[in-house]
Amino acid sequence: MFDAKISETTVTQNDIKIAARKVQVYYGEAHAIKDVSVDILDKTVTAFIGPSGCGKSTFLRCINRMNDTIPICRVEGDILLDGEDIYDKRVDPVNLRARVGMVFQKPNPFPKSIYDNVAYGPRIHGLARTKADLDEIVERALRRGAIWEEVKDRLHQPGTGLSGGQQQRLCIARAVATEPEVLLMDEPCSALDPIATAQVEELIDELRQSYSVVIVTHSMQQAARVSQKTAFFHLGNLVEYGDTEQIFTNPVDPRTESYITGRIG
Amino acid sequence: MSGVPQKRSLLVADSQLTKRNAAESRFKIYGLAAIGAGLFFLVVLLSQIVMNGAPAFFQTQITVPLTLDPAAVAKAEKSMMKTAGYRGMLEEALWNEVERGGIETQLKSPKELREMISAGAPGNLREFALADEGNQGTEVRYTFAASSRVDGYLKGRVTREGSKDDKGIRPEHFDLIDALVAVGVVETRFNLTFITGSDASDVRPEQSGMGQSMLGSLAMMFVVLGVCLPISVAAAIYLEEFAPKNRFTDFIEINISNLAAVPSIVFGILALAAFIQFGGGKLEIEALRASAPLVGGLALSLMTLPTIIIATRAALKAVPLSIREAALGVGASRMQSVLHHVLPLAMPGILTGTIIGLAAALGETAPLLLIGMVAFVQTDIASIGDFFTAPNVGMPAQIYIWAQRADGAWYERAWGGIILLLVFLVAMNAIAIFLRRRFERRW
Ligand SMILES: Nc1ncnc2c1ncn2[C@@H]1O[C@H](COP(=O)(O)OP(=O)(O)O)[C@@H](O)[C@H]1O
Ligand SMILES: [Mg+2]
Repeated sequence: MFDAKISETTVTQNDIKIAARKVQVYYGEAHAIKDVSVDILDKTVTAFIGPSGCGKSTFLRCINRMNDTIPICRVEGDILLDGEDIYDKRVDPVNLRARVGMVFQKPNPFPKSIYDNVAYGPRIHGLARTKADLDEIVERALRRGAIWEEVKDRLHQPGTGLSGGQQQRLCIARAVATEPEVLLMDEPCSALDPIATAQVEELIDELRQSYSVVIVTHSMQQAARVSQKTAFFHLGNLVEYGDTEQIFTNPVDPRTESYITGRIG
Repeated sequence: MSGVPQKRSLLVADSQLTKRNAAESRFKIYGLAAIGAGLFFLVVLLSQIVMNGAPAFFQTQITVPLTLDPAAVAKAEKSMMKTAGYRGMLEEALWNEVERGGIETQLKSPKELREMISAGAPGNLREFALADEGNQGTEVRYTFAASSRVDGYLKGRVTREGSKDDKGIRPEHFDLIDALVAVGVVETRFNLTFITGSDASDVRPEQSGMGQSMLGSLAMMFVVLGVCLPISVAAAIYLEEFAPKNRFTDFIEINISNLAAVPSIVFGILALAAFIQFGGGKLEIEALRASAPLVGGLALSLMTLPTIIIATRAALKAVPLSIREAALGVGASRMQSVLHHVLPLAMPGILTGTIIGLAAALGETAPLLLIGMVAFVQTDIASIGDFFTAPNVGMPAQIYIWAQRADGAWYERAWGGIILLLVFLVAMNAIAIFLRRRFERRW
């Protein structure tokens, strides 16, 4: 029934990076996330899957407080990053977002040069003292984004002039340039062709060495390919969470099974 | 078989398709007709303006040899009406030229030439005489303006027929003009005074110009720009990016839209009360007085603010959400996201809105009527302070003043003023386009 390769789950018991407890999210009156508790591990790729509109993006955006920008959005419950409550009054979302980077569904490079796209984060956080420092940070980030070879000769040309797949890898490079600990990705491949998708997936696998990666995807094959942990959301509930292998081969909840076999979605 | 739909040929159009195509071509014709009508009116308007206004840019001049007798100059300076003596000199010089050229004329004395000489010419001669001692005693070829009747005759505005009842100018004069034109003493030249000069009294349209009012309009544009751009960009950014959505901000929003629709004369009377009567009168602020471009600019700012705020908000709204998210996502603060990313992208739109607002302000007359910027103004601008505070008029007000005067020469100048006003507008638009390009080049 399901023939995608399932990544070798080398689940050495990693530390918990993010702990969510009884999280509720409301858009005005609408209850979008219902009582979700989940532990997201360090140096692990965690996939959020589920039918469209089930709240995957909403929950993801809670983790770096991107929902703060939506006036009608209200978040309850606790989300801890390394044991610290990110919704504490003393937390400045600006600091949080420097530690929890985000890659969006549609590639959204700034309409500036490739170099400036990557350098922007380090600049505003004061990560580089000299121009040489900054050059080094930019190169390292672009290498991590697996795009250095393609752009090293045109760093000062517009980032918006790249192809869709290149733009998305540029956005990943931009996100890792600030040295985050967690990388959130909201359907990062949905606007990409299969080849670009394969490149980004390979990249995600490498990023796991350094970060905790959370990826929202509507493609179960993709979840199976890149993640070690999978969370299945349905109508705002977290239905099932476990090792990717177990979710895809031996789901506990009947709803998960229906979704995976294509009966809901 | 009846159940199977018949295969239709692609080469034969069915009736529905024919109808649809007919509707489409009808629509195209309507559109073309609308554009055609618009173009027609534009052409009519522009050709009217050019035909009526172009003569204002030319002025008939008389050039004769002239020797300023120091004794005569001294005598003229002693009399009460100083320019009277100089007028005599001009009449004499022209008369001499007529006699020397052997030109036949029914006119009997130099005095009768008076109708042909601009009322402002003697004053200019006086300035010339006193400017430099060396100008006296030697013969020079001196050029001075002909009267507006002579000017009008050569431009076709004044006719022999129409001047039958004119007490001043007679057929003999017209004969003489024709003869003088033939020998090149009288000729029509480009009228620089019209561009650089200021208003002149009713009887000397040939001395008037738009220069003064252009300075007035320019000063007001600077005031409007300086006041409106920072205030409206700040207000728009706050409302668009930071303000919470509640009753209070809704109320402000509605009021801004309403302000944009308030008749401009209301802002005029507000400016009269707030700036001149309260600011200048009660608070005794020297710079805020009637007829000053500073006050005019402030009045125009009041009416331009809502326009620019609305345009700026639209430009900010047009910046995609994904750019803001990208900035916030790498840990930029809201302020940084706005200043580093949103504002630069909105800049071309903001500039366009600003220029449109400025252009509307430039053409506005009503508020100026109320704050006394329709007076007769001949100020010389000596300093930057004067530039903003010396009594002045705006270009449309100057045109309005001239259009009210009786002589046909003023009518011509009103049209000419409109040409300059349009040139001013086109220049502003050119600057806007230039700035847009500059900002857009940064992708
Ligand atoms: N900005 C918003 N305002 C109001 N409702 C929203 C907003 N974003 C998402 N929602 C609602 O929240 C629910 C979850 O949406 P989302 O998290 O985008 O789902 P997913 O990413 O799983 O497709 C949906 O019912 C959606 O309509
Ligand atoms: Mg989504």
